[in-house]
Amino acid sequence: MHTAILATKVGMTQVYDDDGNVQPVTVLEVGPCKVELLRTQEREGYSALQMSLERQGKTVARRESRIEPEVRQYEVGEQLDAPFIEVGGKVDIIGTSKGRGFSGVMKRHNFAGQRASHGVKKCHRHAGSTGMSADPARVIKGTKMAGQYGGTKSTVRNLRVVRYDADRGVLAVKGAVPGPNGGLVTVRSPVEL
Amino acid sequence: MRNEALDLVEQGSLREEALSFEVGDTVDVHCRIQEGTKERIQVFSGIVIAHRRGNGVTATFTVRRLVAGEGVERIFPVHSPKIASLVVKRHGVVRRAKLFYLRDRIGKATRLAERREKKAE
Repeated sequence: MHTAILATKVGMTQVYDDDGNVQPVTVLEVGPCKVELLRTQEREGYSALQMSLERQGKTVARRESRIEPEVRQYEVGEQLDAPFIEVGGKVDIIGTSKGRGFSGVMKRHNFAGQRASHGVKKCHRHAGSTGMSADPARVIKGTKMAGQYGGTKSTVRNLRVVRYDADRGVLAVKGAVPGPNGGLVTVRSPVEL
Repeated sequence: MRNEALDLVEQGSLREEALSFEVGDTVDVHCRIQEGTKERIQVFSGIVIAHRRGNGVTATFTVRRLVAGEGVERIFPVHSPKIASLVVKRHGVVRRAKLFYLRDRIGKATRLAERREKKAE
């Protein structure tokens, strides 16, 4: 059975739960997805299906999802539904986070920066020291510095499904989802680690 | 601009009958308060000093009142089911949408003139 489906992020809003408390939700447009091609154990060495997402009659994205062909057989061209999404259940959402370009350490690593006054000159948003002295006389690998931030694959796990309309493909999950409005995301059933 | 999917999700979270009030009104907001298993109504009365974030499900309004000489402001979501009802006690004459200038005033200066509906001739 496939455990993932493609969707686009619509945006955030809020709804009230049964107790009358505000729940922040992200709305996603799920599918329509169809099977584009099948990977088989014999040919590729693993079993998966490639699904494609359609928007306005055009294929806008393709992604693979592992399957177990013993459990269910798929055919190319078949429309995929998402039986693993149910209201009250949980899903994982995988997307590409918003790209922030080459960012400084304050934005990228939540460094505190330096003081606004008391003799600080032109270093208000700098990192400070990146290491020790003559020993080890180098900067340790992995030291947090400025650099490319965002635009990477990002997974949010165990988001609660607040609303789901399978016919219209409208899904609402509690909380935020990576990427901009309109961005492509993969919705999958939660993975036990 | 509004997206159909967003509207679909917000359905059911919107108040069926819109609250009718204006900025500058003196209102009684009847809030539902859950105490253990019992529910009771608490009234917060004051002047509406702001209405923010449009008319959608996220819209809020701010009510200001004086409690023991200290200004207290409470922000309510317009569509919250915890608001049982809202009663307008008095319309105030105001010339702007946000009455934050009331925060800087004390005593008699915080009063707003009452607006009375014109009598039909």
